[in-house]
Amino acid sequence: MPLTLQQKLAILSDAARYDASCASSGTTRRDSRKGGLGSTEGSGICHAYAPDGRCISLLKILMTNFCIYDCAYCVNRVSSNTPRARFTPEEVVHLTIEFYRRNYIEGLFLSSGIIRSPDKTMEDMVRIARLLREREGFRGYIHLKTIPDAAPELIEQAGLFADRLSVNIELPTVRSLEAYAPEKDAGTIRAAMAEVKAKRTASKDRTHTGKRPPRFAPAGQSTQMIVGADESTDRTILGQSTQLYGDHGLKRVYYSAFSPIPESSAKLPLIKPPLVREHRLYQADWLLRFYGFGVDEITGSRPDGNLDLEVDPKLAWALAHRDRFPVDVQRAERELLLRVPGFGTKTVKRVLATRRHRTLRYEDLQRMGANLKHARPFIVLRDWRPGALTDSADLRARFAPPPEQLSLF
Amino acid sequence: MRTIQLPRIGTWTAWRDAARGLLADGVPAEAVLWRFGEDAPDDLFGGAVTPAPSSADVTVPKGFVDLASRVVWHSDPERFARLYAFLLRVKRHPRLLSDRGDADLARLRAMEKNVNRCAHKMKAFVRFRDIGAGSGGRRAFAAWFEPSHHTVEPTAPFFARRFGDMDWIIATPDVTARFEAGKVSFAEGQPRPDLPEDGAEALWGTYFRNIFNPARVKVQAMTSEMPRKYWKNLPEARHIPELIAGAEARAAEMRAAMPALPPVRAERILGRARAARPVTWDELRTRAAEASRDLPEGLGRIVLGEGPADARLMVVGEQPGDHEDQQGRPFVGPAGQLFDKVAGQAGLDRQAAYVTNAVKQFKFRRSGKRRLHEPPNRTEIEHAKWWLEAELKLVRPELILSMGATALQSLTGRRDGLLKRRGAVEETPHGPVFVTVHPSYLLRLPDPVRRTEETERFREDLVAARGRIV
Repeated sequence: MPLTLQQKLAILSDAARYDASCASSGTTRRDSRKGGLGSTEGSGICHAYAPDGRCISLLKILMTNFCIYDCAYCVNRVSSNTPRARFTPEEVVHLTIEFYRRNYIEGLFLSSGIIRSPDKTMEDMVRIARLLREREGFRGYIHLKTIPDAAPELIEQAGLFADRLSVNIELPTVRSLEAYAPEKDAGTIRAAMAEVKAKRTASKDRTHTGKRPPRFAPAGQSTQMIVGADESTDRTILGQSTQLYGDHGLKRVYYSAFSPIPESSAKLPLIKPPLVREHRLYQADWLLRFYGFGVDEITGSRPDGNLDLEVDPKLAWALAHRDRFPVDVQRAERELLLRVPGFGTKTVKRVLATRRHRTLRYEDLQRMGANLKHARPFIVLRDWRPGALTDSADLRARFAPPPEQLSLF
Repeated sequence: MRTIQLPRIGTWTAWRDAARGLLADGVPAEAVLWRFGEDAPDDLFGGAVTPAPSSADVTVPKGFVDLASRVVWHSDPERFARLYAFLLRVKRHPRLLSDRGDADLARLRAMEKNVNRCAHKMKAFVRFRDIGAGSGGRRAFAAWFEPSHHTVEPTAPFFARRFGDMDWIIATPDVTARFEAGKVSFAEGQPRPDLPEDGAEALWGTYFRNIFNPARVKVQAMTSEMPRKYWKNLPEARHIPELIAGAEARAAEMRAAMPALPPVRAERILGRARAARPVTWDELRTRAAEASRDLPEGLGRIVLGEGPADARLMVVGEQPGDHEDQQGRPFVGPAGQLFDKVAGQAGLDRQAAYVTNAVKQFKFRRSGKRRLHEPPNRTEIEHAKWWLEAELKLVRPELILSMGATALQSLTGRRDGLLKRRGAVEETPHGPVFVTVHPSYLLRLPDPVRRTEETERFREDLVAARGRIV
């Protein structure tokens, strides 16, 4: 008996839930005042939240979960007994448009298992994006997962219809990729990223007549790494991210805690997903991108190259470098202010704007949105001095969660 | 004492007009009483005034206008008075706006933030239902929403930009916005209308239930972004209690389930995929031995690479030389020795790398007793690619170190600009390729000073390459 749309949606959204990305921001501004449907205006909107704390911004589905690859961490691998389904392009278009009209979503995030050949799969995905853009006049957000081995012409077309393209790096090292995803190839994945980057750069140049070529994937490209499935340390993972940000100009690297899947593989035993580690990696990622930290600084506070799970990476760094503190908020330069635990980029901006006119006080910082519980030991103000607090031996214990008594029985 | 009556619809323009007039008349903040909407009009001090557009020429910093045009939509009854009082202060000290520590401004900024958040949540949580046909053959949709602040009017343009090709109504207890035939209009609020059932809600519920991962429950992360007060108007929220209650059991079940036997078709599909696999090491060696028999004059035997089969670094040189051909091993001649030396200084473990050549056979010209090296031509490089690619597929290195123009040509397809390209990584279908010169280039430099310099640069390249594989 053929599956109903309802059943297909259940199977193919279930199959898509392990992709962390849901961003719908950072693309060109578009709206439907002159026809069509939909808009994108800078920041994305999270239309709902699932009880796993993840936002639902896009209709995140697989075109099909049939797959000829055998990646151990994936519920859709060929050797799994999960129920299979396949959407027709019309069904995907229908769901996207009807959900969008009811204000459930910002757009579509379409991924797919590999069927028959990479080219055939990519071709169907491009067709869906084309139908949405050309026939339905859809101006909302489209994120396409590119298939690394697909032909360059298909990637080219995908980039013209989609706001964002992504290809998952999957695992932090080539070694683990070989072990757990034998059909995938790290070289091909990176080459696909390089290709998208080159096309994006080319689309920014004007032609000799001064015309702009059509925008190629205006919201850039992103990728995802599974954390905790292999033995990689946080230093390896963050080193890999820095390379990806640098070499391929990625907008985001997503970290996805390896979480139990139905139909698990004997190659990869199931664990409780390392959610705290994932959270710390995101914090560290932010420090790398917006706070001027280096990978070695962030991962240097522990000998095993992993992040401290009990306190956040910035606090961990500050606790290990107390000789740099306390910082005089009135005088310190921006780079140093950014390193104060409890100060975000916005707080620092406000401090810089205000201190030009007058002397800052403790309660000013409260209003500027600083987390003073964290910042207190590390700063000096006219009416606040940490005294011996900065160097006190129990400073870490004030932040770390209290030790837990293990059960005696 | 002046009393100003502000309407529920068009509040911002009314407040702005009133503030202009008051400012022009020099009225102090404490002498104004602000009223909003249907507040009882009679009070001790006589009739209220509805503000009229004022011709008074008043200039205020732009930042203030941006702030005030958001704060007026807050639900706090004191907002108008606070704004006016702050406006008087800003007129005297324009720099006040950049003082993030000022208590009055902090309060207004907090209100602005509340309004912005409320408007954002409205953009997110309004849920339309299909109500059939609207004006001029357009589809029509309607929603019921309960905002915490007066955010319908400032947020309606967003919906107009987004849903330009359909008619819609957003009804709220405060103000109702309509969009018909491309025009937005506002009316007084209304009680909850009876909206027809919409079949899409069942599909949406299915999506919501299935996109949820029961192995990672973070209820607090959900409620901080989607507070419970919004749940009653969200069709998907009715599934939340059931999802949370069942999550623990579902996750435990996944962990407990034994890995199942793969379906029959898996073997068949994987078999097909593996048939396209590259040759094995044994096959490669056999073929190399075969190809090394009955060689024509001027061509040496096939010299395959050497090193661990799972090496993370693959070093690709030019072609075997006299020594290499005699011993049947790569990188044993003078250039190979120089490489070993510099690699050692650069901290690059030569034993852990797979070393090989872009071209596999020694090409030479006889001169007396000696066999003189001849560089490979394009055809020979192209021809030898099969061997190199077979090795690349077997070793699958994380980084390929390309030494010299021949290797560069073979790996990237072009050999020009070697000295400009050196020291950088290029992406290729084989993986990242780190470009540098061939050690024999160093051996051929006649000037000892330059040779030292160039050797130093070569060493720096190797250090950089080592950094890439951590």
